[in-house]
Amino acid sequence: MSILDSKIPEGPLADKWTNYKNKINLVNPANKRNIDVIVVGTGLAGGSAAATLAELGYNVKTFCYQDSPRRAHSIAAQGGINAAKNYQGDGDSDYRLFYDTVKGGDYRSREANVYRLAEVSGNIIDQCVAQGVPFAREYGGLLDNRSFGGVLVSRTFYAKGQTGQQLLLGAYSAMNRQINRGKIQAFNRHEMLDLVKIDGKARGIIARNLVTGEIERHSAHAVVLASGGYGNVFFLSTNAMGSNVMAAWRAHRRGAFFANPCYTQIHPTCIPVSGDHQSKLTLMSESLRNDGRIWVPKRKEDVEAIREGKLKPTQLSEEERDYYLERRYPAFGNLVPRDVASRAAKERCDAGFGVNKTGEAVYLDFASAIQRYGKEKALTSGIHNPSKEEITKMGEEVIESKYGNLFQMYEKIVDENPYKSPMMIYPAVHYTMGGLWVDYNLQTTIPGCYAAGEANFSDHGANRLGASALMQGLADGYFVLPYTIGDYLSQDIRTGKIPTDTPEFDQAEKEVKDRIEKLMAGSGEHSVDYYHKKLGKIMWNKCGMSRNEKELKEAIEEIAVLREDFWKNVKVPGTINSMNPELEKAGRVADFLELGELFAKDALNRNESCGGHFREESVEQSGEQKGEALRDDKNFKYVAAWEYKGEPKDAQLHKEDLVFENIELKTRSYK
Amino acid sequence: MGGLIKSSIARKVAMALSGLFLVFFLLQHFTINFTSIFSADTFNELSHFMGTNPLVQFVLQPVLIFGVVFHFVMGFVLEIKNKNARAIKYAKYNGGANASWMSRNMIYSGLVILAFLGLHFYDFWVPEIVHKYVEFAPEDPTRYYSELLHKFESPIRTGLYALSFVFLALHLWHGFASSFQSVGFNNKYSIAATKFAKAFAIVIPVGFIIIAIVLHFTH
Amino acid sequence: MNLTLKIWRQSDANSKGKLVDYKISGIEGDMSFLEMLDVLNEDLINKGEEPVVFDHDCREGICGACSLQINGEPHGPDRLITTCQLHMRKFNDGDTIYIEPFRAKAFPVVKDLMVDRSSFERIQQAGGYISVNTSGNTQDANAIPIRKEDADEAMDAATCIGCGACVAACKNASAMLFTSAKVSQFALLPQGQVEATERVLAMVNQMDEEGFGNCTNTGACEIECPKGISLENIARMNREYLKASMKG
Repeated sequence: MSILDSKIPEGPLADKWTNYKNKINLVNPANKRNIDVIVVGTGLAGGSAAATLAELGYNVKTFCYQDSPRRAHSIAAQGGINAAKNYQGDGDSDYRLFYDTVKGGDYRSREANVYRLAEVSGNIIDQCVAQGVPFAREYGGLLDNRSFGGVLVSRTFYAKGQTGQQLLLGAYSAMNRQINRGKIQAFNRHEMLDLVKIDGKARGIIARNLVTGEIERHSAHAVVLASGGYGNVFFLSTNAMGSNVMAAWRAHRRGAFFANPCYTQIHPTCIPVSGDHQSKLTLMSESLRNDGRIWVPKRKEDVEAIREGKLKPTQLSEEERDYYLERRYPAFGNLVPRDVASRAAKERCDAGFGVNKTGEAVYLDFASAIQRYGKEKALTSGIHNPSKEEITKMGEEVIESKYGNLFQMYEKIVDENPYKSPMMIYPAVHYTMGGLWVDYNLQTTIPGCYAAGEANFSDHGANRLGASALMQGLADGYFVLPYTIGDYLSQDIRTGKIPTDTPEFDQAEKEVKDRIEKLMAGSGEHSVDYYHKKLGKIMWNKCGMSRNEKELKEAIEEIAVLREDFWKNVKVPGTINSMNPELEKAGRVADFLELGELFAKDALNRNESCGGHFREESVEQSGEQKGEALRDDKNFKYVAAWEYKGEPKDAQLHKEDLVFENIELKTRSYK
Repeated sequence: MGGLIKSSIARKVAMALSGLFLVFFLLQHFTINFTSIFSADTFNELSHFMGTNPLVQFVLQPVLIFGVVFHFVMGFVLEIKNKNARAIKYAKYNGGANASWMSRNMIYSGLVILAFLGLHFYDFWVPEIVHKYVEFAPEDPTRYYSELLHKFESPIRTGLYALSFVFLALHLWHGFASSFQSVGFNNKYSIAATKFAKAFAIVIPVGFIIIAIVLHFTH
Repeated sequence: MNLTLKIWRQSDANSKGKLVDYKISGIEGDMSFLEMLDVLNEDLINKGEEPVVFDHDCREGICGACSLQINGEPHGPDRLITTCQLHMRKFNDGDTIYIEPFRAKAFPVVKDLMVDRSSFERIQQAGGYISVNTSGNTQDANAIPIRKEDADEAMDAATCIGCGACVAACKNASAMLFTSAKVSQFALLPQGQVEATERVLAMVNQMDEEGFGNCTNTGACEIECPKGISLENIARMNREYLKASMKG
């Protein structure tokens, strides 16, 4: 029997959340005033949680490393947010959203959590509209929807290509209202460096004021970690430069189990790496695949000629092109899920067909869409014998109206006109489904320590559907945590303020300070970025889009060696007691160097292919699906939650069996 | 005066309204002056009316003076406040990249206009006041035109006047159109309104210059 | 390409700063401006000097963290982009580039090129929200239809990323474009009407208290805004403010 108790309420799936809410303990308003909650991270999950908890009456302290809560990386989400509103009358329902999410996650998520997510999804939209989020609307004045990520219904709400920004500003405005009331104290430019436990419960954090370098103690009755994902372990990702795993990892070291670290989403439509100077990657919305066709040349000679600049892609005829997604997956074509599209691109590039200098790019071509739309437009405009130029011009106009901002962004970065020459794209790390293990209450294995949003592992299984990250973050923060945390805090109404002058705080602060001093004391051979880039290379090459036992074992070894070297030889200039971005980075990279190893260990343990995790040893051997990912439900239908035991490679595995009572497990097929 | 109108938007609106009032006055002034180049009698008649009508003299004239003083005092107050809003200057500031010279130098065009007003008061307004309210000289309804001609005999003075009107044009080029924005007028008519304001900013000062030159050569 | 950089160095808020010259070589056109600074910093670290501090995070033009005055213009010479989206191909071999922090009394320097924009936070805290509880009991999202044009216009105002380029560009260091974008977003939506009067008065009042300059309609903010926020928003705020003042 596992020591993990997911605390899923009894009863039928659709009634679980309602029953749960009816039975939990509540805290009376007068008592809430005596209870403090710390929220680390102010993105969609943290921002919405902070606002709601403060509104309920708790005293909230928020922490973010940015200069404003509004700059958290949720802001960069483009596409949209899913909600089972069924405004389009196309047969959507809570169950269907639940079903799509579990299936999309390759049956590696917890049914009850996902159903609750689907159930509250509609409320999110109501809430955001009431807050003044300017979602896109139709001419009748009602909300517009689009279909996203290959699902069969239109359930995605959006605000141009800036949905994440608008939702975050909504949550931030709700926070501002509470800041104005004095219910939230916002600690911006602060970074959590450790979790403080008293009698086994999370009771506070140690944070560094990034401007003054001061180490501060903050106590609370509960701590919420909403610090996002750890995609930056790969150095290059679409995450913000500052996105890091520190808060989650510090909690992990203090006893919170880390679940499924190997589940990473690698997004197929990103702008390729242009050189060694590259600091981050830029994502372009998945919606581009609705009209773009992905290809590489059929012949190696053509690839060579293109790389040398002797040949232009537009000079290749249709017969000389390999539309490999359409070839391999005739049913879904260019619209296969993200993980499938990404692996297919890697397969072609590994085979030597990559079309840019680094050999890591494929074409995303809009020429046929431009022609198709152009002809259509000509007909509807009453032009019967349009010239080729007219068709192209009209087609480009249609494309511009749909993707204008993305095309402009591409042109700014790559300096090539994507209307005239196909775009080049390559997959990039985008989102991490793994995270701190949490039960149905979103509580980690440390009582009083909660995790929300991308920082937890709960809802997306092994692969996340498009437009679901925003939904999960806001669901956790606005509608789930405020209930579940109240149930926990109801035991704390007589506790009184938690003092910070206790031995536990002394000890935690001392450890933090020792660690900082150790970071500063490196021999000064290499910069922090040097190590981060090396770690990223190992991760990308050996724990990236496809993984095998040999390389994963190598990765574990190499990361351990790199980590040792880092602690001995890293160079951190500047001082401890002042603004020092290199010191901040060093602390983050130090944690990535531990997480990376656990990541590889988890990937090694999971000898099956599921969702974003592809093991070369686990593929279909025969039949129509030959060579495709093979899931192993018999042996791996569980959540892998790792307990910290000193070194990442010594982490102890705890399994939470996944029980599917409402969904039949099937093989995903896109052929 | 900055203290009386506390908020930045109130100051901005006050600046715009006083400016619009002065624009209106300018139009009226121009209309009367313009008559001087084709009819000395009309000019004398109108000037006499303006110079002796009690409503004009004891109500409109103080209002106008208040408007002028208010506009430039507020202009100075704002300029000082705005300078203080950026205590440390940029080592390199490429203002021309994003805003017109006129909009960035209203204080200078304004100062030139203020200096001109000094000269203008010295030339016309002070003698006029002395004539009427200090010496209580007998009123002669035909004296205005000859006085006017007399003032434009000097080519230097005519030149100074013309130059001042160039600065007036620069000041109006930004100020007039911008006052619409300040009072919150920005809609589908804005383009037309802006065009009108820019045309006004050219036509009226050029008109004044023409008057000065014509009068200079009318001897 | 080889470049000369003149970078503002200032060790903290209370110290005096100065421009320091740096030579840098091997810069490629494909690099972003911040990647060029990364190269400089890597150099400085290897030489044992302190790297240049600047704000940055998402590096894709949406978080609004990056904030450099480049050759006298916020976010540099290109239009409708942030500093992180500026690429070195916009510069030529041998160029001298001035890199300064956004300057305003209300944006004091934290260190080097990093400034404190918490004045923007306080303006928003003063009233940049709709007082609706997050209870989940609000009415259905489609209960109030909103004209598409109004929703789109509100969205255009709401795209503001709060970077402060408007203040940095303005010769008066005025924050009108920023504040008006926030006021406009809510003024254009029915949900924002209930608190419209208090909101505009409170936000403008806070803006003034922070020490920003006055707007003189030069329009520099609109030109330099990476998100193309329109001057119309300022006119709208002026209107809203006048309306609100009359109501008291």
